Amino acid sequence: MKTKTRRKSRYTSFYFCLACAVLFTLFSVCAGYFAPYDPLKTDYGSLLAAPSAVHVCGTDQLGRDLFSRILYGGRTSLLIAYLVTGIVSVFGIFIGIISGQAGGIADEVIMRLVDVLIAFPGNIFTLAMVAVMGTGIQNLVIAMCFTGWTKYARASRSLVLSIKNENYIIQAKLGGASFFKVIWRYIMPNVVPSLLVLMAQDIGNKLLTVAGLSLLGLGSKPPTPEWGFMLSEGRNYMSEAPWLLLFPGVVILINVIIFNLLGDSLRDIMDPHF
Amino acid sequence: MGKYIAKRMLALLIILLGLSVLTFCLTSVLPSDPAQQLMESMGAGSDPEAIARIKAEYGLDQPLPSQYKNWLAGILHGDFGQSVKYGQPVSLILARKLPNTVRLACVSFVLMLLIALPLGILSAVYHNKTADYVIRFLAFIGEALPSFWIALVLIYLFSVKLHLLPVGGSESPRHLIMPAVTLALGMAASYIRRIRTSMLEEMNQPYIIGGISRGVSKKRIILYHVLPNSLLTIVTLLGMSFGGLLGGTMIVETIFSWNGIGSAAVNAITNRDYQLIQGYVMWMGVIYVCVNLLVDILYRYLDPRIRLGGMEE
Repeated sequence: MKTKTRRKSRYTSFYFCLACAVLFTLFSVCAGYFAPYDPLKTDYGSLLAAPSAVHVCGTDQLGRDLFSRILYGGRTSLLIAYLVTGIVSVFGIFIGIISGQAGGIADEVIMRLVDVLIAFPGNIFTLAMVAVMGTGIQNLVIAMCFTGWTKYARASRSLVLSIKNENYIIQAKLGGASFFKVIWRYIMPNVVPSLLVLMAQDIGNKLLTVAGLSLLGLGSKPPTPEWGFMLSEGRNYMSEAPWLLLFPGVVILINVIIFNLLGDSLRDIMDPHF
Repeated sequence: MGKYIAKRMLALLIILLGLSVLTFCLTSVLPSDPAQQLMESMGAGSDPEAIARIKAEYGLDQPLPSQYKNWLAGILHGDFGQSVKYGQPVSLILARKLPNTVRLACVSFVLMLLIALPLGILSAVYHNKTADYVIRFLAFIGEALPSFWIALVLIYLFSVKLHLLPVGGSESPRHLIMPAVTLALGMAASYIRRIRTSMLEEMNQPYIIGGISRGVSKKRIILYHVLPNSLLTIVTLLGMSFGGLLGGTMIVETIFSWNGIGSAAVNAITNRDYQLIQGYVMWMGVIYVCVNLLVDILYRYLDPRIRLGGMEE
């Protein structure tokens, strides 16, 4: 009885986080419907206006409505985070599974490559790639994809190694299933769910990376709204208009919290011990 | 132990080689011609003859493999090329700025330990009590807090509003406070959780129950038995974050205009100073890998179960 209620409460927290994430995504995707103003429209009559009934979050140095900009900014920030996480997880899991299942030289080469890519601390290599290719959202996405898949490759490879010699895999092979069929039918279903936790948390991480690198001026270019870049713009006006720092920052924080919680609750659900 | 170190050294060599190839490829696949860029940056236009001369001078007319060979040979002699922006050897610039970054990293590291150790221990000792919940909640929020936002909020509070601390720069210890606190807060959150988990794991070991049943005081058990054993696993993590910290200071250094290699790298990007970026990436990679190896060996040395054989692979 007790386990049942606990199980239920864990599902509740998972669905709650999921709903929040979906809600934020919807707000950003449908920013056109929700935003009270055009995020790019300047209004020199109300520069750096404080939050009020007219402008819920105030306006920035060009009189643009901050609330609308935050909504539209989600399009850049959130969608990039989703996009990058999607690409790197699919690619990384694929490479990791191949590596684990094939073994031998292929495994050795792939894992050494992963070792080398992981050998750069933090976002240094991403930064360097953006530096070389030129700043901008597109290049930022490419660079983040290039460096982001290694984590998934490592994790999925070790998961594959742990189930590789299970009877059902061997039986499938004996039954004549091809290399890819074994992977698709028997390995994938066992590997992918455990990596969902990693993916949920990674969305939060990627959000921070995009915002951080944009803040350095390596990501989105003005006037496209992006949360990190909005912070960097707001920095110059912090004494007159602290709301320019407050709202984008809080939105980033809330989103990261949601995705972290989503990852945690997913892990609780996946954990068979409860 | 010796055999293990030898094996790791060999792996290190391979990784370092891979690191250099990757770093070299980074700039050799540039969409634009570096020679032309150099010309343009000097405002000399794009005279094809001059570009050819520059290419010959920098060895850019040779095939890639031999370019790589020359580049690697240079690096092994400590020559990372010339910075276009500063007109000085890259190694000199990095060496001048590295101490600042290391100082920042060390101070924030100590600060982080001062925050995380007591809170982590408290959280484990008062497992599932109010104190534990409060600390865990704070740590959870702390983990999600973007470092750049902490930095901006600190500037707002202590520089703009209270006029207590300078906004940016790296002249005096007072300039060090805010960047160090920013970095420390970010790391402390995750370490509180790690210290807590690792201590709780250790507290479930049979020897702890043995100690309790023999009437050893709780304080003694926590301080002399649980803590040293659980810190062993933390040591590895600490080493990795220290290496990561050296590379993770870019954003914070830039926000506080701290004169370290992180902000130098960011400036190099704006200035298209590819040699400096290349040198920075290579250096950071090498430092990170070496620190990780050292920590790994240290960990094995510190753990008598491994040092005295038995668990060695």
